[in-house]
Amino acid sequence: MIRFLINQESVEIEDVRADLTLLQFIREYRHKTGTKEGCAAGDCGACTVVLAEPNADFSALHYRTVNSCITLMSAVHAKQLIFVEHLSNGAALHRVQQALVDHHGSQCGFCTPGFIMSMFALYHTNSLPNRDDVLHALSGNLCRCTGYRPIIDATLAVCEQQADDEFTRNTSSTLSTLKAIVTRDSAGGDHAGNDHAGTRNLIMPRNRKSLAKAIKDNPTAMLVSGSTDLSLTFTQQLKSIDTLISLSHMDELKACTTTSHSLIIGAANPIKDITPALLKHFPQLAELITRFASLPIRNQATLGGNVANASPIGDMPPALIALNAAILVDNGIQKRTIPVTEFFVGYRETALKSDEWIAAIEIPFLNANQRLAAYKISKRFEDDISAVCAVFNITINHGIIEQVDAGFGGVAATPAGCNALHDALVGKNFSSKACVDLGKTVLMNAFTPIDDVRATAEYRKTVLANLWHRFWLENQSDTTITTRVMNHA
Amino acid sequence: MRKLIDSLSLEQSSHALSSTGQPSGRVHTSQKHESAIRQVQGSANYVDDITEPQGTLYAAIGLSQCARGKITAIDLSAVRASEGVIDVVTIDDVPGHKDIGPVFKGDPLLANGEIKFYGQPVFAVLATSVFAARQAALKGQVTVDGETAILSAQEAHQHSAFVRPSHRFGQGNPDTILQHAENTVSGALDIGGQEHMYLEGQVSLAVPCEENRMNIYTSSQHPSEVQKLVAEVLDVRLHHVMVDMRRMGGGFGGKETQAAQWACIAALLAHRNQRAVKLRLPRFVDMHVTGKRHPFSNAFDVAFDDKGKIMATRMEVNGICGHSPDLSDAIVDRAMFHVDNGYFLGDSDIVGHRLQTNMVSHTAYRGFGGPQGMIMAEAIMDKIARHAGIDPLLVRKRNLYGASTGTKTPYGMEVEHNLLPEMIDALERKANYWQRREDTAKFNRNSPIVKKGLALTPVKFGISFTAKHLNQAGALVHIYTDGSIQVNHGGTEMGQGLHTKIGQIAANEFGIDLSMIEVTSTRTDKVPNTSPTAASSGTDLNGKAVQNACITLKKRLAACFAKKLGQDESAEQVTFENGHVVLGDEKITFPDLIQAAYFERVSLSTSGFYQTPKLAYNRDTGEGRPFFYFAYGVSMSEVSIDTLTGEYTVDRVDIIHDVGNSLNPAIDIGQIEGAFIQGMGWLTTEDLKWNESGKLISENMATYKIPAIGDTPAVFNVELYGKENAEDSIYHSKAVGEPPFMLAISVWCALKDAIASLSYYAIDPQLDTPATPERVLNAINEMQKHAVTSPTDLVAELNKSSEA
Repeated sequence: MIRFLINQESVEIEDVRADLTLLQFIREYRHKTGTKEGCAAGDCGACTVVLAEPNADFSALHYRTVNSCITLMSAVHAKQLIFVEHLSNGAALHRVQQALVDHHGSQCGFCTPGFIMSMFALYHTNSLPNRDDVLHALSGNLCRCTGYRPIIDATLAVCEQQADDEFTRNTSSTLSTLKAIVTRDSAGGDHAGNDHAGTRNLIMPRNRKSLAKAIKDNPTAMLVSGSTDLSLTFTQQLKSIDTLISLSHMDELKACTTTSHSLIIGAANPIKDITPALLKHFPQLAELITRFASLPIRNQATLGGNVANASPIGDMPPALIALNAAILVDNGIQKRTIPVTEFFVGYRETALKSDEWIAAIEIPFLNANQRLAAYKISKRFEDDISAVCAVFNITINHGIIEQVDAGFGGVAATPAGCNALHDALVGKNFSSKACVDLGKTVLMNAFTPIDDVRATAEYRKTVLANLWHRFWLENQSDTTITTRVMNHA
Repeated sequence: MRKLIDSLSLEQSSHALSSTGQPSGRVHTSQKHESAIRQVQGSANYVDDITEPQGTLYAAIGLSQCARGKITAIDLSAVRASEGVIDVVTIDDVPGHKDIGPVFKGDPLLANGEIKFYGQPVFAVLATSVFAARQAALKGQVTVDGETAILSAQEAHQHSAFVRPSHRFGQGNPDTILQHAENTVSGALDIGGQEHMYLEGQVSLAVPCEENRMNIYTSSQHPSEVQKLVAEVLDVRLHHVMVDMRRMGGGFGGKETQAAQWACIAALLAHRNQRAVKLRLPRFVDMHVTGKRHPFSNAFDVAFDDKGKIMATRMEVNGICGHSPDLSDAIVDRAMFHVDNGYFLGDSDIVGHRLQTNMVSHTAYRGFGGPQGMIMAEAIMDKIARHAGIDPLLVRKRNLYGASTGTKTPYGMEVEHNLLPEMIDALERKANYWQRREDTAKFNRNSPIVKKGLALTPVKFGISFTAKHLNQAGALVHIYTDGSIQVNHGGTEMGQGLHTKIGQIAANEFGIDLSMIEVTSTRTDKVPNTSPTAASSGTDLNGKAVQNACITLKKRLAACFAKKLGQDESAEQVTFENGHVVLGDEKITFPDLIQAAYFERVSLSTSGFYQTPKLAYNRDTGEGRPFFYFAYGVSMSEVSIDTLTGEYTVDRVDIIHDVGNSLNPAIDIGQIEGAFIQGMGWLTTEDLKWNESGKLISENMATYKIPAIGDTPAVFNVELYGKENAEDSIYHSKAVGEPPFMLAISVWCALKDAIASLSYYAIDPQLDTPATPERVLNAINEMQKHAVTSPTDLVAELNKSSEA
């Protein structure tokens, strides 16, 4: 049974397909057509809806945008689903709606409901956002008509006010309803080992023991967390998925802890939620995180999913490689640790055994001698996939390079490190011109990338070499040279 | 009707005036988009949102998996056996016309014996759900005897593959001048196409009616053509097909001819099964099967004097048209009409080829070939500037149409009322061109990695369909007995605000509040034989037609009012203002007069018509006036490029644009901003890629990148020029849909300016479009190979080039 709120209405659903998307549910089951399908792949944001969820102690609601076209019904359990039809109160427009009207922010109007929902979430999240905050909040919404200027202005204007609407007024009743669902979940327990959630072939385990059993009982089932990539299997490739094991309710996969020497991130934590901890310890990853897809994707996609996917163009694996991260895996009985460099064994293949899952990712802290930078190069700055990603982490002692750890994306069949770079540079004086030339030469020859829709092999190689040049320039002590056309942090 | 609405409530509604005492919604004011409130609420319905008729079924199409060859077998047994399938059709099942080419033949409804491009629709399937239909469509087995596909301009030329004959026009004798001139330069440019990426994909709903009648709900810029093609495919008369089009979720030219095929397929399946059928293309199918902006491959030779003034121009434009003519003849013509942009090209020879390739048939897209021609003029200006060592803005100003150059275009039209000299002066001052030119140079001297570039470019765009017969429009205006008015016209609403402006025109004519006007969906049974909403002409044509209808009604009402007052002879003095109809000291509220007129048996409904005057172009001689007038704009862009990666940002944009006497400044500014960003996308990140088999590989939004919100320039100043149209257009406004698209050429020129800074502006970089970071980096690397290292070398280089 999936229990949730549609605005103020309590809803229970069962007997729906495991691969039913939230967008299909809204349009085809609820017959509400304000939410649009533009791409069915999480790229355009026309389908954006908001999921409001309680914070840990049920004292406040957190408003999260998601792309309903690639969200599964398991994701709405114990949450409040809000879509565009819920915002206006009869003829009275919600403030974000009125602001967009006043600023002439809609033309053809097809993207508009999605923008409205992203504006609504920001309105409830951030008072007094600046222009960059607005751009980040709306980074997952494409508009082909307006050129965005009026939408930016409308959002800035409406967010000058403290959130005050039906939703804030109903917060306590919403919280208590959602709390009742959660309480019922825990009281109901998990005695069967699996919680079939009442829906056809959608299993929602709540602890590692029942997850292990679910995997054992359903050896062909896919594990799903954020579903931002897996959903394309049915929305784009039109393949039905028989059985899904959702990790959405595995609280033990969502912990985010630190040890004396490392940060440990639970695998099923959305990227958005781990961002503060990650950037606290690794502020140099700010650009990579900001440019990790779009906000609605980061609101769902998890670090575990990004790693398990093993895509050569995933955003986080190059950083994890450069940071010497370890993948903590589990099968319900035994946990083990796999160095990230040994985790990616082939094109979209990992070292995970069939009964294992990723429990967490452990990233060791940097010491004072380490310099870290993460670069992503793509056609478009926002919501694009890397042509090349390069993350450099070098240890310098008294000006001499002691260790080079680097991770790269878009250059091979898997995310890759580059031992040759380490071998060539160790012992060299970091500030020497020879250091930059040597690194460039190594990187020009280290990989044999492919030509594809994003870039040619030649461009990838050249840029890889030039990113080392950029890194070198940015880490010289006496430099004031501008190396970037855009600051992302 | 026995009883009319109580006139007390009419009093109230007719007095819904703004605080100024004027009715709201007059022309020349910034009215909200007529659908804005419904759009933000999600209650504005698109075709996929219409409540489905009982028993609606869903269609999907099966695509070819190769680019060219003879079909030897089509096995659809697995499709028929697939779960939920009701019907499957191929071209053999079409009762009427099998070809739906809009102007010339060449576009079979479904593949007819041969495959002409990768992804060509071969069959259609009808099923009980969208998913079932789409899954079944993957199961067709099409066997093709493959042939070598033609996939580039070079291959098309080699095989003399053209979809239409080449065309040529020009003035004087450029060859002689080019042969003897001291200064000549040549250049070539590959210009990428563009995916429309309307957020709402192609969709049609066909609802069968009694016997063989058919109603179509479609997302189309051209309902009349959909009506005609559906009738032809079904082999019925046009009067048995009704097409209804309320709004599109974006069109941009991509739903001018490209919407018809899906309507026809839905109608065919609806007709066969006597069930309502909806066909909505998933995004990747939409991207494979619908035409795009034409890629072009163009080249020029120009001769110029020591001041950079052009003496002669030879230009070849090559439109890559795909497999069929579609609208390519007119598109390549429009490219040819715009290779001059705002400049006098001297003696000229302009030739345009329409190349046939085994690709989807490229089609209309905002600017309709104009951008692909106009960019050549700007390429020439930059090339001359670098060659002559003169600032590009000076070269541009020296070559503008005018007394010191010439006023006759290569196609023999006199350029009248040219606003570019004054508009350039205005922007140059407002955006501080020369100061920022110095600042840019200074920045670049001190910044070895990041370089800035600056460019100011003009736009002159011809307004009118070049196919003269399309420059007509019709309208139908009803006044109901409560004084509310329903306006119908032949134009379609795709977000551009056409219906808003039309509503304002009607409100203005009757002097009543905009809330009294309802502009309805576009329907072929209300206004027949309409032109597509294209060529930026929607308001110019339909606005005039609506105005004409309003004038007719006003005459009847004025006569009625005058007669009522016993002043029949004074009917011409009756005015319509502030919700009243006035004659001398007598006035009556508009609804009261309507009721009186009804009782007097005055017709309260009429049609209106308009045809654009002054058009006289002879294509055979390449001489005459294809355009009613020109719309102008000027734009200045500043960019930063990263010479290590080729990444760049557009930091600041200043625009002054000419919309004549704006009907609705907010909507016009929206058009300008939106067009600019779309044009910027075309020239920067929007990169169409086909693989060696001819398959489109930039087939979704993950691999084809339109501008995102962060690409909006941080400083983006847009101003209307505010000078009324010298021609008698609707309230002396000007068309605005397409012209500002080409303002984005300033971004491309600014990128080249930044790259050229590496050579101290001695070399004009080769930068084909789209100028992706990869292309920019290649141009940078190429420049660095030839780069001069100091201003001293620059002088030597300049001397060398002027000797050459």
